[in-house]
Amino acid sequence: MTESSNHEMNNEVPWHVRMIPFFDRYGILIVIVVMCLVLWAMQPEVFLSWRNISNIFKQTAANGMLSIGMFLVILTAGIDLSVGSVLALGMMTLAVSNASGVPWPIVLCLSPFMGMMAGFVNGVGITKLRMPHPFIMTLGMLFMARGLANLISGGVPYSGLPDPVRFLGSAQIYLGEFDGTRYNLPVVFLFTIFVYLVFWILLEHTVFGRRVYAIGGNPEAARVSGINVDRTLIIVYTICGFMAGVAGLIMAGRTNSGFPNAGQGMELEAIAAVIIGGASFFGGRGQVLGIFGGVLIMGLIRNGLNLNDVSSFWQQILIGGIIVLAVFIDVLRRDWGTRS
Amino acid sequence: MPLQNTNFGTPLLEASNISKYFGAVTALRDVNLQLWPGEVLGVVGDNGAGKSTLMKVLSGLYPPSKGSLHFDGKQVQFHSPRDARGLGIEMVYQDLALAGNMNIAENIYLGREPKRKVLGGLISLFDHKKGLQMAKDHLDNLKIQVKSVEQKVEELSGGQRQAVAIARSIAFKARVVIMDEPTAALAIKEVGKVLDMIVGLKDRGISVVIISHRMDDIFYVCDRVMALYHGANFSESYLKDTSRSEVIGWIMGTKENVRELAHDRVK
Repeated sequence: MTESSNHEMNNEVPWHVRMIPFFDRYGILIVIVVMCLVLWAMQPEVFLSWRNISNIFKQTAANGMLSIGMFLVILTAGIDLSVGSVLALGMMTLAVSNASGVPWPIVLCLSPFMGMMAGFVNGVGITKLRMPHPFIMTLGMLFMARGLANLISGGVPYSGLPDPVRFLGSAQIYLGEFDGTRYNLPVVFLFTIFVYLVFWILLEHTVFGRRVYAIGGNPEAARVSGINVDRTLIIVYTICGFMAGVAGLIMAGRTNSGFPNAGQGMELEAIAAVIIGGASFFGGRGQVLGIFGGVLIMGLIRNGLNLNDVSSFWQQILIGGIIVLAVFIDVLRRDWGTRS
Repeated sequence: MPLQNTNFGTPLLEASNISKYFGAVTALRDVNLQLWPGEVLGVVGDNGAGKSTLMKVLSGLYPPSKGSLHFDGKQVQFHSPRDARGLGIEMVYQDLALAGNMNIAENIYLGREPKRKVLGGLISLFDHKKGLQMAKDHLDNLKIQVKSVEQKVEELSGGQRQAVAIARSIAFKARVVIMDEPTAALAIKEVGKVLDMIVGLKDRGISVVIISHRMDDIFYVCDRVMALYHGANFSESYLKDTSRSEVIGWIMGTKENVRELAHDRVK
């Protein structure tokens, strides 16, 4: 409380605790740079080629959408297991309605809309049905949305979508030609940047965003401060579902189809990206830029393992290990960084 | 046992015949409480005597099962802490109700953030600059020293957190501050500072209700003390007319001045 006790404090703080703010800020950046250097050293021809880089952007975009929605949920100390299934539900609603002759401007909106509805149901279930943990409600939604996606499509894929619907997932902007290589920038990359900017403003600079952090930090404090916690949570899950629907639109555009088993297991990749990106399961911690880094790291791992012909079985094992490691780092950071 | 009223006018906050049931459990039975302007009232009682429940009724967190509340002479009903806060009744909770992951300024204005509306009022932006400046001025005004209002609350000591919680309670025209065990979680060297802050509130004309187990706290800050026993009024007195051992006797449910009951005989 006094000046002198502050000084005592500083002298007692060991080095690894004093490094926490540094690693909180730059840790992810360091990991990304190291990963890029390693991959570049292993595959100097391919890795830094524009084709490979724009591939990474395209392949990580859907996970990027899921992860930023998941981040919002994890900030409130919640979890949304349903995003992969909701992605499929959005994608199939889009593909089936397109096949039955619905005009494209409506088709375009259907995937995000379905995602939003599923997220809203999640939020209402968690708050109003007083589910003991978001795990339960969203696990239920995982099955329901997957079932619904199969039901409306009869369990079969639909392919062939109009160009405006595919635009977000597959369009490229021609940048020019240098040294005989054509440089195209995927639209979805710009879109991802845009979405992350919007979420950054939302979380850092709006009253709503700060309240999301407060709910994650101490839900009781938020409640007695007059914050409508239930309403905020419903909005959070609705946004998460909406982003899953957007991911469905992107994936439909990229693959020019809808397939009912799309997005299986992607909820776990999103959770992994969020945790690697520095968010905490305890809620209230993490930044949008970190999540962007987490998504990029997940993309780099996949890309690097693919480039080096590592089997997908080994990929699973490695990604699992990385998740455990990332959470362990989070646990250490909590132990060192806060007073009990 | 109604107390001889030496205050004039109407009480600032008055609870009449408050009962509160939780299922089959009676937490409060026909409890009366008056709080006069600029007064510090201590509420004592053993664990389970109903102190915290009564405070939660006063602050709007629990609706009473029976009985009425009057504020400034007018009958009031609280549906949430927000209603009570609208009248200037603030509560400092025992578990402090601060979000450790957020900075001091954000905690002080949690739920009442300084904002700027943009896009025709559709979006409220948190005004970080204004919030920091307001928090800094407010803490300076209260003579609370912190390194920076941008410090996260989880980095603060118990006493600093309590200071932030109290600062938060009077950030907006508070008239009544209710405190649940404000010194219970503090290091001994920090207790004095917090008690002085409470006296400071009184000097600002704010009425305070304080729950405490510590006789030292009660006898340092209070003007009047009332005891609850088994969910009902047991006794009350001006502080100058009672003693520690008598108050400790009340907590144990006896009105005889049994000196041997008192573990704390220093007067």
